[in-house]
Amino acid sequence: MFPKPIEKTSSGAQLAYKIALPLVLILWLLPLIAVAVTSVRSGGDITAGNYWGWPTSFNFIENYTAIFTNTPIGQYILNSFKVTIPTVIGAVALSCMTGFALGVYRFRGNLLLFFMFVAGNFIPFQILMVPVRDLTLDLGMYNTIHGLALFHIAFQTGFCTLFMRNFIRALPQELIEAARVEGVSEIQIFWYVVLPLMKPAIAALSVLIFTFIWNDYFWATVLTQGADTQPITAGLYSLNGQWVAQWHLVSAGSIVAALPPVLMFFAMQRHFIAGLTLGAVK
Amino acid sequence: MTTAALPDTHPPNPKSYWKRNQQRLAPWLFLAPGIAMFVLYVIAPIFQSISISFYAWDGLGEAEYIGIANYVELMDDEDFYTSLKNNVIWLVLYMLALPAGLFVALFLNQTVRGIRIYKSLFFFPFVISQVVVGLVFSWFYDPSFGLFNIVTGWFGADPIAILADERYVTYGIIAAGLWPQTAYCMILYLTGLNAVDPEQIEAARLDNAKGFKMLWYVVLPQLKPATFIAVVVTVIGALRSFDLISIMTDGGPYGTSSVLAFYMYEQAFSEYGFRMGYGAAIAVVLFAIMMIYIAFFLWKMYRDERGG
Repeated sequence: MFPKPIEKTSSGAQLAYKIALPLVLILWLLPLIAVAVTSVRSGGDITAGNYWGWPTSFNFIENYTAIFTNTPIGQYILNSFKVTIPTVIGAVALSCMTGFALGVYRFRGNLLLFFMFVAGNFIPFQILMVPVRDLTLDLGMYNTIHGLALFHIAFQTGFCTLFMRNFIRALPQELIEAARVEGVSEIQIFWYVVLPLMKPAIAALSVLIFTFIWNDYFWATVLTQGADTQPITAGLYSLNGQWVAQWHLVSAGSIVAALPPVLMFFAMQRHFIAGLTLGAVK
Repeated sequence: MTTAALPDTHPPNPKSYWKRNQQRLAPWLFLAPGIAMFVLYVIAPIFQSISISFYAWDGLGEAEYIGIANYVELMDDEDFYTSLKNNVIWLVLYMLALPAGLFVALFLNQTVRGIRIYKSLFFFPFVISQVVVGLVFSWFYDPSFGLFNIVTGWFGADPIAILADERYVTYGIIAAGLWPQTAYCMILYLTGLNAVDPEQIEAARLDNAKGFKMLWYVVLPQLKPATFIAVVVTVIGALRSFDLISIMTDGGPYGTSSVLAFYMYEQAFSEYGFRMGYGAAIAVVLFAIMMIYIAFFLWKMYRDERGG
């Protein structure tokens, strides 16, 4: 193990490490801690310039009720869920199939198709922006939740295919061979043999895609406008314009916007990290 | 109708077309929906953008073919060079996420009690939206009450309006971006460190290697896959930077914090009018730069596929 395990060092070093750990963490998360504290400050604190001192009162309920009652933040959150959940389902479903096809079968063009998905996933969004906006307009889906979700599904299929295909490649191929010998059809192999083995990959991708789509801001601004359809990221930005200098409200809004992916991450941490670090270990 | 029942009576031979060819047909069946969506929304738009870049078009009226005029105009566009220069600054400074992430990973690579919670809390900045990160850092940089100026004030410095000062604005935004990116690199390195061969470490220790020497000669070579992925995601992240700029400065002051991704957006839909063709030309330039990295990544993948 590197660096040297702390248990094997002098007791002084051990103590120093144990003290340093929380200190460094507080420093690292200082921006978030500040936001969390500010989100419970009173408006009076903000106008009096008490940004960093101890809050004079804890207005947790007032501030969080205020953002939900005075702004469409509830609608923004709902929109985010309406875009994110279908995207997760759609992208994972499509990529289970593409990943299966590319991981199990040998055919001409296999690697080429695989590389198409991989390359597409790294492309700058700007090269897609104008045509995708036109396409969405032509389909009559501009400024709709489906229009945004449909694009996300298509784009995320690139990354998900890379992940799924590599995951399927690592499964024991004998299982599939054995099923074939038994006369099981290819579709049944997919459904009954491979899909049950994919559960960890499906879990990993679901949390990752949830976070990516929840946090998307660019496409939300390109394909939607207004509180009826915009997700929370775009909504938060427009609210920020209205909440001039009301940092307690901005902070409460930011916390609300950040909460779903954060909870998702904590619930599914292991899967999340497995997805992100794909390829980092050989 | 009747043929469907046949296979049961005469097992191997007169199967339906599907049964005889399913191994050949199945992959295409599974691929069809994914390919259709991907081609429609990702592959075709790339070519459409390239073609739009040869037109003058406001997005509504008739597009007028103007050849390479958009690109010629780019060559003389000062804002384009500002954006390009900022992209280079982003690329270079974003790479700091690698050593920073490695450093944090080494710090956290212990087995004391509660370390798993520490690791996840350190990863936090990556999980939240860049919109939130942008808002938080704008607040930090506020010249009248921001924490940044309070802290620099302790050292006797005058307050600086980072985001309103063209000398510092890009660096201020990059610092905000480095926060989540460092967290990402940290996770990659933590995973990599887990896989480092303990026997090699022990052997090197017997040879009296320690500290930086150990890191450089024994550990880092084993972290190569993690470093490779970290470089790829960091380069792509740097070139894709858009959210933070849009949230924190909207490209200002006077376009000095713009990057190609933001400048393109601004040209294509902004108060200056909708210049889709010109925007597309900027996007093509960005795409060309990114293709260098994508090609490099694919080439490495191809080598691995052939090797393994």
